[in-house]
Amino acid sequence: MAHPAPLVARRDGLGEALANLLGDDLVVHVHAADEDSITVRREAIASVMVQLRDQLDYQQLMEIAGVDYPDRAERFEVVYHLLSVTKNHRLRIRVSTDEATPVPSIVPVWPVAGWLEREVFDMYGVLFSGNPDLRRILTDYGFQGHPQRKDFPLTGYTELRYSEEDKRVVYEPVRLAQDFRNFDFMSPWEGADYVLPGDEKAGGTHEAPGKGAPTPMTAKEVDKADEKAGGLAKAPPPPTPKTTESPAQTGAGAKADKAAAKPSKDGAKAKPASRSAKTPATKKAEKADTKPRAPRKPKAPKGGDA
Amino acid sequence: MTDAPEVKHHGSDMFEGYPVDTADTPGDQVVTNYTINFGPQHPAAHGVLRMIMELDGEIIERVDPHVGLLHRGTEKLIEYKTYLQALPYFDRLDYCSPLGMEHSYVLAIEKLLDLEVPERAQYLRVLFAELTRICNHMLNIGAHVMDVGAMTPNLWVFELREDCLNFFERASGARMHSAYFRPGGVHQDVPEKLLVDIGEWIDGRLPELFGDAMSLVIDNRIFKQRNVDIATVSKEDALAWGFSGPMIRGSGIAWDLRKSQPYDAYAKMEFDIPVGTRGDCYDRFMVRVQEVYQSARIIKQCLRDMPSGPIASLDRKVVPPKRGEMKQSMESLIHHFKLYTEGFHVPAGEVYVATESPKGEFGVYLVSDGTNKPYRCKIRPTAFSHLQAMDFMCKGHMLADTTAIIGAIDVVFGECDR
Repeated sequence: MAHPAPLVARRDGLGEALANLLGDDLVVHVHAADEDSITVRREAIASVMVQLRDQLDYQQLMEIAGVDYPDRAERFEVVYHLLSVTKNHRLRIRVSTDEATPVPSIVPVWPVAGWLEREVFDMYGVLFSGNPDLRRILTDYGFQGHPQRKDFPLTGYTELRYSEEDKRVVYEPVRLAQDFRNFDFMSPWEGADYVLPGDEKAGGTHEAPGKGAPTPMTAKEVDKADEKAGGLAKAPPPPTPKTTESPAQTGAGAKADKAAAKPSKDGAKAKPASRSAKTPATKKAEKADTKPRAPRKPKAPKGGDA
Repeated sequence: MTDAPEVKHHGSDMFEGYPVDTADTPGDQVVTNYTINFGPQHPAAHGVLRMIMELDGEIIERVDPHVGLLHRGTEKLIEYKTYLQALPYFDRLDYCSPLGMEHSYVLAIEKLLDLEVPERAQYLRVLFAELTRICNHMLNIGAHVMDVGAMTPNLWVFELREDCLNFFERASGARMHSAYFRPGGVHQDVPEKLLVDIGEWIDGRLPELFGDAMSLVIDNRIFKQRNVDIATVSKEDALAWGFSGPMIRGSGIAWDLRKSQPYDAYAKMEFDIPVGTRGDCYDRFMVRVQEVYQSARIIKQCLRDMPSGPIASLDRKVVPPKRGEMKQSMESLIHHFKLYTEGFHVPAGEVYVATESPKGEFGVYLVSDGTNKPYRCKIRPTAFSHLQAMDFMCKGHMLADTTAIIGAIDVVFGECDR
């Protein structure tokens, strides 16, 4: 036993029966998750439904659902769910369409389709040719747009309130008291294809190059700006950045080992590493700090200094 | 007012074949069709239903129900929530039977995940689903008899409804919007005392009070005059109009998803399916009355057979650990955090799962694209199809019959309008 969802036994020979009955109108038949779904040609949907009802005993139309896939050429899917109360089986029938192409109505086959098609029309704007009463059903009187489309914002476009001045309900454009928050939970470690907020310097990915932080001013530009400011005390030069490109620069080696082996004044064997293992670079920087500083002359940057 | 005043005899076609005097009564010739607006604020409309009715005198010629006044965009909202966050929206669909709504949704998720659910959780769900059915029928039965003029039974059965709500509160902490069924099981275990109390209530108070209330109604002459032979629906019509639940059983088709496509622990339950013989409002009412007793039978079996054990799946990638556990274990903390922020991902696919809610087949068509949010969640309400048949059921009946017909449909607009 696996999931506890309603048990529907597989209907034997359904595949062949559908293929024989529908012929070219049947595009594909899929059996997945214990459910049978078929895709049929849109133009043939009405005759297909009659055959399914009369030949294969699907007496009831339970549901018509629209689904929007904006990336597809025919973006809307209209999904019919049929139920057979004698064979105890469910069947899903699928057709696809776009904004302009109408789907033949199946109201003549099942009167219940009337409102179900109206709902799909209201929510997605799918047209049903032959529906005698294709009005909006769930949305407000005079509503515009089709709210279940993926490109329709969750908040909608208009909001209404009771106006104390006008003594009636007034419609206004939506104003959001706070930004609409839509969190996405894509993990940056699992291939998020965009620059994370606050991580712009990382440069982004190949597909979405990050804009990066603003380029800092060069040394020359800084000096120029200082001169413009007028004889301000020049800032001390920044300490030479520490690099560890060769083993010597790390401070490790025989010299450091010797220093570490020397007993300290308070008896401990090793000195704290940060004190004993000075790189030439940090030594230089420290020296520069202790010495009284002469006013700095602008110098051309030396090669290999960094 | 309609443009075409049409002179018609009273019930010129509805009494065909019956020995009824169809001679004109004085004044008949001057009555023309007129249109009235029923609702949206009408106590007998069971919510915000607006019906444009075209009347010939008191005879209904045409009904155009306007629904959607309670449309809140639930399906759209669900597309922006994780699977767990979307669950409480289902309580708010049919707010008279909230757990029945949750049931379809959690089963749909479990089917997509192919998740096994422990037996105790299945029994608890069946127990509370049946308690919900009783709770729902109490409201509907009471409202139905009040719509046709009886006050007392409604007050009595409301007591029972109150008991049910108290049980829900003791199990979940909330009287109506319980959010008790969760993907993988139920939210928390019930105290032993609650099960004992439910058992005593099923054996004592429910049959006593309900039996008393129904003894006032079911053989009552006025009640029968208002309901028998009102809105008769044949088997063929019930199928064609997509009826389900007590509406299709009232028409004599013994179709119950709990029996034919059993889910959770229903396969182990013994119960009967009450059916009507004539398919009128009285039959639908009586089907509901009998279902209350059948639900009581199922609850008793649940209480008798319920095993002990976990109340939710132990798959920590779907069901979050309890708070106490989360305070102790690092792994639980991670699972807890992940499941309450990101939620679980559901493999891509689509399912249509329908359960026997108290009002009929309540279906959820769930399309997943493999993320932590549903790509599409189409809710199949029961009342939508039933209300559509209002026009065909009301035709030829008197204006006052409308209330009986709506009462027998058992419509709740939170579900119908979504």
